[in-house]
Amino acid sequence: MQNDQLALAQTRGSVDPRVKRPLPAWVSTTALLLPTYGWLTIAIFLPLLTMLAFSFMSATPMGKTPVEFTLKQYRAFIDQPYLLRIGFNSLMMGFWTTLFCAILGFLAAVALVRATVGKTRETLLVLILLPFWTNGLVRVFSWTMVLRENGFLDNILHMVAPDAGSISILYTRYAVVLGLVHGYLPYMILTCYIALVTIDDAIIEAAASLGARWWTILYKILIPMAAPGLISGAVLIFIPVIGSFMEPRILGGRVGVTMGTVIEDQFTQAFNWPLGASLSFTLLAVVLAIFATFSGVLRGRTAG
Amino acid sequence: MAEFSRRNTLKLMTATLAAGASFSLLPRKVFASGQITVLNWQGYGTDEAWSLKQFTEKTGISVVHDYYSSESEMLTKMRTNPGAYDLVVLNAARCAQAVAEDLLQPIDFSKVPNAATVDEALRSNPNFSKDGVGFAVPWVWGMTALAIREGKPKPESYKALADATYKGRVAMDDDAIINVGIGALMTGQDMNDPQDLAAVTEALKSIKPNVKLLWSTEDQWNKSFAADEFDLSIFWSGGSVRSKRNSKLPVEFVVPKEGAVGWVDGLGIPATAPNPEGALAFANWMIDPAFYVEWATKVGAPASSNSAALDSLPADDLSRQVHNPDYLKTMSIMSALPDDRREAFNNVWQEVKAFYAE
Repeated sequence: MQNDQLALAQTRGSVDPRVKRPLPAWVSTTALLLPTYGWLTIAIFLPLLTMLAFSFMSATPMGKTPVEFTLKQYRAFIDQPYLLRIGFNSLMMGFWTTLFCAILGFLAAVALVRATVGKTRETLLVLILLPFWTNGLVRVFSWTMVLRENGFLDNILHMVAPDAGSISILYTRYAVVLGLVHGYLPYMILTCYIALVTIDDAIIEAAASLGARWWTILYKILIPMAAPGLISGAVLIFIPVIGSFMEPRILGGRVGVTMGTVIEDQFTQAFNWPLGASLSFTLLAVVLAIFATFSGVLRGRTAG
Repeated sequence: MAEFSRRNTLKLMTATLAAGASFSLLPRKVFASGQITVLNWQGYGTDEAWSLKQFTEKTGISVVHDYYSSESEMLTKMRTNPGAYDLVVLNAARCAQAVAEDLLQPIDFSKVPNAATVDEALRSNPNFSKDGVGFAVPWVWGMTALAIREGKPKPESYKALADATYKGRVAMDDDAIINVGIGALMTGQDMNDPQDLAAVTEALKSIKPNVKLLWSTEDQWNKSFAADEFDLSIFWSGGSVRSKRNSKLPVEFVVPKEGAVGWVDGLGIPATAPNPEGALAFANWMIDPAFYVEWATKVGAPASSNSAALDSLPADDLSRQVHNPDYLKTMSIMSALPDDRREAFNNVWQEVKAFYAE
């Protein structure tokens, strides 16, 4: 192959001396990848490496405090055992958010795939992506208007039943999960949609013609075949959610304490970057461990 | 894959490089000859549009702002952006920290004529000066204590925070130092150096059934108070004046018998400031009675450090009433904390917050 091309180039060259010689493949590949990898190195890898270095320091290396090498930051979970409960709560928050996103997102994606009449699909896609166009903070604050006592939800309820009490769930874990599901749902819809849209209608028609009920089609065909989409959606949602701090802080009130807010406090309030960094890397290790544990199961599902 | 000739690849790369270079060659900031950059909380006195207009008309110096949302963020910004700021608003406690790190330059008080009537106790406050040299112009002082909804009984002690009558009706300030200070006052300890942190932790934990939310900005406090989410709160004296005057909220500021947690904010000039002369002129304007009276009566302000400015307020002024000089007798002023104590305070508050969240 290579020789053929070289030969071709040589013969061409002999015909027309001004023809451009093609570059070796690796040069153009490197040249094309250089900006991306250069950017990734500068913008992600180096700061991450710096943070890793910070996590072994005794104090933030700015100002005059002497800095020593220490492993004590990684003992935070032993020295401050209340962090374990916060960590567990964050993981549960990630679990519930991912679960609700998976259910709602999968159903929405099925509806999207089924909507084949005219421009329905495009309209629905735009409606799903619409919330992405507004700032996340604005969306979270608008939830506080809806959920708070005497908010929109309460007002609507009181129109129907004036004597009913408040159904405000602001400053509870439900509100936090609700806000997070709202924020991250589009990821799940899109990944599931991409997986579902590749399923040949003929398979579903065949199953139906052989007498499969809708739930059999759902559990035997749709979910297994859309599993890659569900899994990548779950990964995309679970990781940022357990580190989220804005939604818990605004919607959670007193209960809105998560690993995300603890880490944020270390950076913005306590000026203890080493502890913040070590907590971040511990969280990263836990997430990787979770995915490593389930990777066998997940791979089985994807292959099946 | 498409074939890329050498010339095309080079062209593409040159274009990319040229685009990148033209961006980096653009000046990041356009420095006017008479311009200063002020680093402050947003909406905190220095950035009032009418005042900046008057100041620019008087001196020809234009003022631009950068904001921080926490005091440690302010220190981080000063440490990481040398030469970016001319004037920084900083708390007395943080000022000592900044001076110790050589982040500030000494103040030439001869260029701040209004400082002549600044309370001497404030000017020589150990947090603002080192070896008799002043590193910040005291600007305003105020208190953090309790705010109560009008019509509710006035609390006499911080212990009211844990009182069962306020079940689910209390808002706490999400600030480690303030809360440990309040906890120390609740347990009869020195606010700046409580010996029994376990007792402070317990006192703060005892508030749990009452705590509805933790607020971190004045705007959030106002929205939640207006939505009737709580009755009793840790709040700032100046904030209560602004809430009452501007947002017409039914709030009353109360200093309980343990005394308020006092603070003093100063105006410091970073050691790397490009325009210290302009910064001194602006600092002088910030403690000018003409500016202060307008700020305090139209917007609501903490008490000015300049007694001449405070005395020019009308007698029935809300801010003047709230900042009753009698409170100064019981008030403890927050001072600089050594790193280990600050870390211990932060850990206490983190632990209490985790307990609240359970």
